[in-house]
Amino acid sequence: MKGSQLLINKLKENGVKTIFGYPGGVLLPFYDALYESDIEHILVRHEQAAAHAADGYARASGKVGVCLATSGPGATNVTTGVATAHMDSSPIVVLTGQVPTQAIGTDMFQEVDTIGITMPISKHNYQPRSPEKIVEAIDKAFYIASTGRPGPVVLDLPRNALEEEINIEDYKINTDIPGYKPTTKGNVKQIRKAIEVINNSQKPLILVGGGVILANASEELLEFATLTNIPVCTTLMGKGAISEEHPLGLGMIGMHGIETTNIALTECDCLIAIGCRFSDRSVSNGKLFAPNAKIIQIDVDPAEIGKTISIDIPIVGDAKVTLKEFINQVENPDTINWTKHISNIRKETEPEISFNTVPLKPQQCIKEIMEAVTDDTIITTDVGQNQMWMAHYYKTKKPRTFISSGGLGTMGFGLPAAIGAQFAKPEENVLAICGDGGFQMVLQELATIKENDLPIVTCILNNNYLGMVAQLQRLFNDYVYQTKFYDNPDFVQLAKAYKIKGEVVEKPGELKETIQNALKQREATVIDIRIDANELLPIVPPGSALNQMKKEFDDVEDLE
Amino acid sequence: MNGSDALLKKLKENGTDVVFGYPGGVLLPLYDSLYDCDIKHILVRHEQAAAHAADGYARVSGKTGVCIATSGPGATNLVTGIATAQMDSSPVVALTGQVGTPIIGTDAFQEVDTISITMPITKANFQPRQSKDLPEIIDASYKIASTGRKGVVVVDLPKDVLEAEITEDDMTRVLQLEGYKPTTKANIKQIKKAAKIIQESKKPVILAGGGVILSDASDELFEFAKLANIAVATSLMGKGSIPEDHELSLGLLGMHGLESTNNTVTDCDCLIAIGCRFSDRTTGKVSEFAPNATKIHIDIDPAEIGKNVPIDVPIVGDAKITLQTLIEEYRTDNINWTSEVVEKRKAYVPKMNFNTMPLKPQEVIKEIMEAITPTTIVSTDVGQNQMWMAHYYKTKNPRTFLSSGGLGTMGYGLPAAIGAQVAKPEENVLAICGDGGFQMVSQELATIHEYDLPIVTCILNNRYLGMVAQWQVLYYENRISQTKLAPTPDFVKLAESYGVTGVRVEKPGELKETIQNALKQREATVIDITIDPEELLPMVPPGEKITKIVGEYKVEE
Amino acid sequence: MNKENKHTISILVENKTGVLQRVSGLFTRRDFNINNITVGKTAEPGLSRITITTYGDNRTLEQIIKQLNKLIEVIKVREMKPEQTIRRQLALLKIHAPTEQDKSEIIQYTNIFRGHIIDVTPKTITIEISGKPDNINALMDLLRPYGIKETAKTGITAITRGQKTL
Repeated sequence: MKGSQLLINKLKENGVKTIFGYPGGVLLPFYDALYESDIEHILVRHEQAAAHAADGYARASGKVGVCLATSGPGATNVTTGVATAHMDSSPIVVLTGQVPTQAIGTDMFQEVDTIGITMPISKHNYQPRSPEKIVEAIDKAFYIASTGRPGPVVLDLPRNALEEEINIEDYKINTDIPGYKPTTKGNVKQIRKAIEVINNSQKPLILVGGGVILANASEELLEFATLTNIPVCTTLMGKGAISEEHPLGLGMIGMHGIETTNIALTECDCLIAIGCRFSDRSVSNGKLFAPNAKIIQIDVDPAEIGKTISIDIPIVGDAKVTLKEFINQVENPDTINWTKHISNIRKETEPEISFNTVPLKPQQCIKEIMEAVTDDTIITTDVGQNQMWMAHYYKTKKPRTFISSGGLGTMGFGLPAAIGAQFAKPEENVLAICGDGGFQMVLQELATIKENDLPIVTCILNNNYLGMVAQLQRLFNDYVYQTKFYDNPDFVQLAKAYKIKGEVVEKPGELKETIQNALKQREATVIDIRIDANELLPIVPPGSALNQMKKEFDDVEDLE
Repeated sequence: MNGSDALLKKLKENGTDVVFGYPGGVLLPLYDSLYDCDIKHILVRHEQAAAHAADGYARVSGKTGVCIATSGPGATNLVTGIATAQMDSSPVVALTGQVGTPIIGTDAFQEVDTISITMPITKANFQPRQSKDLPEIIDASYKIASTGRKGVVVVDLPKDVLEAEITEDDMTRVLQLEGYKPTTKANIKQIKKAAKIIQESKKPVILAGGGVILSDASDELFEFAKLANIAVATSLMGKGSIPEDHELSLGLLGMHGLESTNNTVTDCDCLIAIGCRFSDRTTGKVSEFAPNATKIHIDIDPAEIGKNVPIDVPIVGDAKITLQTLIEEYRTDNINWTSEVVEKRKAYVPKMNFNTMPLKPQEVIKEIMEAITPTTIVSTDVGQNQMWMAHYYKTKNPRTFLSSGGLGTMGYGLPAAIGAQVAKPEENVLAICGDGGFQMVSQELATIHEYDLPIVTCILNNRYLGMVAQWQVLYYENRISQTKLAPTPDFVKLAESYGVTGVRVEKPGELKETIQNALKQREATVIDITIDPEELLPMVPPGEKITKIVGEYKVEE
Repeated sequence: MNKENKHTISILVENKTGVLQRVSGLFTRRDFNINNITVGKTAEPGLSRITITTYGDNRTLEQIIKQLNKLIEVIKVREMKPEQTIRRQLALLKIHAPTEQDKSEIIQYTNIFRGHIIDVTPKTITIEISGKPDNINALMDLLRPYGIKETAKTGITAITRGQKTL
């Protein structure tokens, strides 16, 4: 059997039904084998989108996403997508073509050192140079990508390995990886210590990150939180780990976090951090972060513990397994006064989101989005103001329904991630929330949406600015420069060029109706939402404590 | 003066007056300095385009192109453009933002290890950790990018390094590059030896690569060819190093080269290769490449000599200087064989006239050639469109044919044309794309419109990823797997949504007129040319001897 | 692998962050082989010396040297020809030696090879030996029957014979 056929068999064994890719010369043997296979191949229009789609697929489904790109420019085009998935611990397997083994190192046509390039941005990578090595590497790749702290694994496939024919029974396949044995069960003593601190705390707070969603530990989290009556805040990646409408679900912390949660963090005396990595965007000034708290950190990756914040009680283990232990052992701390205090602050600081104005306020847009969707609707965001408005105001109800590029902050992520999410959940409604800048980076994927009849609703929060950078310029430099898009396309016409429905929304009420119609019709729609470019996001200025939030912007001049 | 002021001052000192970029958080100090500076910033719509534009700018102008991207995704979005420029030895300085030095290595927001990622795809890279080191690093970067074998230098700029103050003294320090001493002047003994071998040979032929163009040695090449009466074949990158309408020009060699050229090189007894790297696409099967020839290789990069093809007379040196010396050393012009070679070349008159619908690519290229002047710059994408152009289009001047040769990057054509147009505002610029490659970068129509760049984009639209599809037809029994690009967008409407003129061309004669109109109006235009998807490009199968062409080029009866 | 194709390469480099990564990355990228590698500072401040042993035919060796020379931080590269080169390696060996007889035999072997005993426990002996790689291998062959519990070896480092320097 040929290497490419063995590869396809192995992909199927590992549960792969859909892959996102773009063909090329060295991948011809693979595409020929694919011709007869029942694996669904989604042809994107730029390889960057293949990686983001695989990532979106993985985040929406919890399964490993797979993408495919040819050697040389194909491989370099997936770089951004690989790094994006890596920063957010998303399990994907990235297959890249490579020139034949004997030509490696000669600067052959479309040769690039994919292994070298992806080394710093993947969990691991392999270059199997013969068919049996492909078989070995695929199993290892899926295992590494999906276990421990998940992440991307790159398989760089020299053409000859795809073409050679072998009898696989003649080979002994060894998939043991001596250097990779992730710890899932937390240390019993450490857990006991943590429980003791929690039991004796007066103002405990849970901080959850993406690790809770990755470990499918949302139910355990909710059980633990309600059992102990401890409020829960999340990082951006943790959004959806607990319903943000639940009385204990306080919402997001950090630079653009909810005021209540940032205050709660500053006041708490015990912080139980689960599956989060204390990124600079969550923590702001590390010295002033949760200054009164004993910090317990549960994480499957020991390298994350104590990386940026000093931890009092580290627990290395899987979030789900460890939370179960917590539920078994905890005695209820007395938190009545604390939760009452928090809910009072929450009421006092509840942001206004109804604005009956033209141009539309982003808050109003998000209100209408929330009114138009259900709890199961999957939202992907792009990066920038659109993302932070969504993170701040949009109330996520369920895990794996809020998909966003957190760590790398990749513009252009939203639309292709929505494509992946839609393939993971064909029956579900999927909305891509983009800015005008990010949408332009990947607009070619409208062709993929059209080809596959994907009913994705793309909402472009269009302010004709690279809004987040413009906001920083306005706050700290008093002007905007090179962040205004003077020549944005007519997005409705653009959608129509792809034979996709395009709508302009300018007035309050229109967005809700447009989304509802699109979802009812199950029809791909691009909505160009003209929003107020002057609107600024609440922000914790860099270097400040989290409770020093700037919400009033009277001192900032309006745009011309 | 802070780090970013110093950086910009150094860019200007090194001759840069335009940069291509996309801002981001960590670059705020740089954009703040740029605000007060007279360097022009071209705002692209995806960083990949910034790198390609800087590359196109460099190839057209001969100066170092500069692009800017923020940390994290900005830097990773540059990767393809960096690798593309590096493979084709295009001098580019890529500036990337980086998180502040105190938080490097903590996986901070938009942090990525740009130095490691770009290590295999750059000539050099630097990450100044202190502001005082920034000026000398910028000078060194220009020096490395633009001398010796040219290439890409990445400078990764931590935010605090851009912000901190520096002194005037820091501006004048020079970074000692102990390990970097490119040889430009070749060993005279080797040149004499080469001259002797050429003079004694009966059937010499020259193979010119991109190195001739990079060292501005076209005049010398032409002079030597005429002086010695030796015909010149080129690699893809060498296109334009000699006017392709001159009788000593043999045109493209290699996988999609001219049959007469491939035969001539195979027959020759002396091959004078100048500034070329004997890529697999040029040589075909190495053991049968010019098997009877004594091989002389002039290249500025010693590592290229003997890398793929064994060389008899290696000459390490700059193409221009070496050719000048060779001309001095050279005496005779009695190569009788050349007239035979020239006749063979002349006997191949490709059929370009096709009065058919859908349009044949040959007809399209004929009309393009009729519509433009010898100084018009064409930038191709990658795939069939590129190889049709490489084979049929006659390039008259160096630096007027831009193409991604080594990396073969789809999406190169349009942003490279942007860079070319910015480098030569008065010149006509055409981007020749396929429908697949154009889609990869169509967002740059906004850049074209914003800066009023009168670029004419010709989309050779066959609704296929044509080159890969062709291989599937030829080598995989017509099993077309995932290479049909359907549905393609309506490119006319797409152009119009950007406020750019869009025209659809379906009949013979229309294209010439449309291009001429667009060039006369100096108006950005996207031309959607419906071409025949059945038209295949004859080729040498990979790994085969270059005389074994599969398929036949159509010729005039 | 053919022994005749074994080469020792000495590389003088600027002592800067990432230079080892550049060198090792080049070997991976170009599909050259690294058999072993040592790095150390030189007497001259700011310079380090990397010694690599590798396998490959002459053309590969030529490419390795040329490609290394292209790295900006690489100042000099030289193949260390066996006849003109002194090559040395250091090994630490922990040997199973439960009886007095074992111990005395091991000590004798060690003395013959001019090694040193650096640690003794009731059940083990630890030996330090430096010298030509072949000598170290020969000692290890002799000690193998006793049971080598642990080995720690450095790479090979090399210097030219006579007055010539790198």
